[in-house]
Amino acid sequence: MSNGPFALWRWARLFNDRGVFAEGLLTTLLVSALALSMALIIGVVLGLCSTSRNRILKTVARVYVEFFQNTPLVIQVFFIYNALPMIGVRWDVFTIGAVGVGVYHGAYVAEVVRAGIHSIPPGQSEASRAQGFTHLQTMWYVVLPQTIQIILPPLTNQAVNLIKNTSVLAIIAGGDLMYRADSWASNGALSYAPAYIVTGLLYFILCFPLATWARRYEERLKSRDIIHEPLEEVVEC
Amino acid sequence: MLSQVIADVFTPANIQYLIIGLIITLGIAVCTVLLSVLIGSVLAICRNYEKIILGKIAGVYIEIFRNTPLLLWILVCVFTIRGGNPLLRGSLALVLYTSSVIAEIVRGGLNAIPKGQFEAANSQGFRFHQTIFYIVLPQCFHKIVPSLMSQIVTTIKDTSFLSQFAIMEFFYRSRIIMSSLSQSVTVTSLHVFVIFLFVALVYFVINFTLSSFVHGMQKKALTSY
Repeated sequence: MSNGPFALWRWARLFNDRGVFAEGLLTTLLVSALALSMALIIGVVLGLCSTSRNRILKTVARVYVEFFQNTPLVIQVFFIYNALPMIGVRWDVFTIGAVGVGVYHGAYVAEVVRAGIHSIPPGQSEASRAQGFTHLQTMWYVVLPQTIQIILPPLTNQAVNLIKNTSVLAIIAGGDLMYRADSWASNGALSYAPAYIVTGLLYFILCFPLATWARRYEERLKSRDIIHEPLEEVVEC
Repeated sequence: MLSQVIADVFTPANIQYLIIGLIITLGIAVCTVLLSVLIGSVLAICRNYEKIILGKIAGVYIEIFRNTPLLLWILVCVFTIRGGNPLLRGSLALVLYTSSVIAEIVRGGLNAIPKGQFEAANSQGFRFHQTIFYIVLPQCFHKIVPSLMSQIVTTIKDTSFLSQFAIMEFFYRSRIIMSSLSQSVTVTSLHVFVIFLFVALVYFVINFTLSSFVHGMQKKALTSY
């Protein structure tokens, strides 16, 4: 029996243990879904704060965005995992993953929402204010609906980055796809090659359609002259 | 109490140890971005202007690396490549991954160059590669400098993944200090919080300075039109 890194028996073994990978994939999907919902809520709220006239709200949004964008996710997750239990805050790794990644990407979503709101001509909100809408009503009924198609591509790119970043769970033994694959490989007769190839393929299947859709949609918006410059400065993670 | 904790944590030896870690982190990040700009530009030019073989290969490379997590590539490089030390292998993963991101940034810059420039250069007798080197790339890089700088911020953050593989960068060294502290003093939660706060602050100050600089450049570019 050959013992190469790609030997057939390694693949057979992986196929036998496919349940491990399926469970990991499910965890990754669940954490991604929860984190994404959280990031969207945080992002919309902070995006609204940073475009409001209230100084305090603006400052809060700014500080939040700058703090989370300028410190590594790894350290934030380690902080929740290692330091918070010392003051009695004990979460399971699943919650840590969802909250950690959600809070981190909330900052990026906030920037996307802010850029989207700024891309709507100010005449729109002036007009609706003149019609007696309050600031929140203006945002909710007039401005935000128009930003949706503009911010959809960068938001989708954020979702892709978010899915990729849930792999940070692997370093706190979080039971996600990356963790399961890695621990399976190190226990499963060091079958690194098949484990990593399958894992990479699974992440790719999740991310590639989203990323491709985002790019096509953005090109379509550009060709219809709805946007000129993509809101891309903010989408890098 | 706080002053005692600070005295415990920030001994001269620890400070020196952390500073070396910080230099390693920044060194990895800068080298990664420089190498990635080189590889990324080649990939971008191939993908944009050569649609037969090289362009397809570049496209596949970019899509594979952009749609899979960085951590996967760090694991691949650290565990499956023989030779070199973990630091080199970890950095290789960063370069492979960052190249794909930078390739797309460069492509954005290339796409912004009007077609007329190529036609004009062609009519002046420039060959294709001359057009790229002397006319297209200089304008392209001028445009994408802010994006490249914010990629340095991203890469500085990404290096913290390497701490998981006993690579002696900044975050790994601060974790070492955290765990070795118990040999000399009784570690309280305050010790751990102070270290985390310090680490976060160091990353924050560096990245915030860089990204403020980037925002300044973007504003200037917008108003110069």
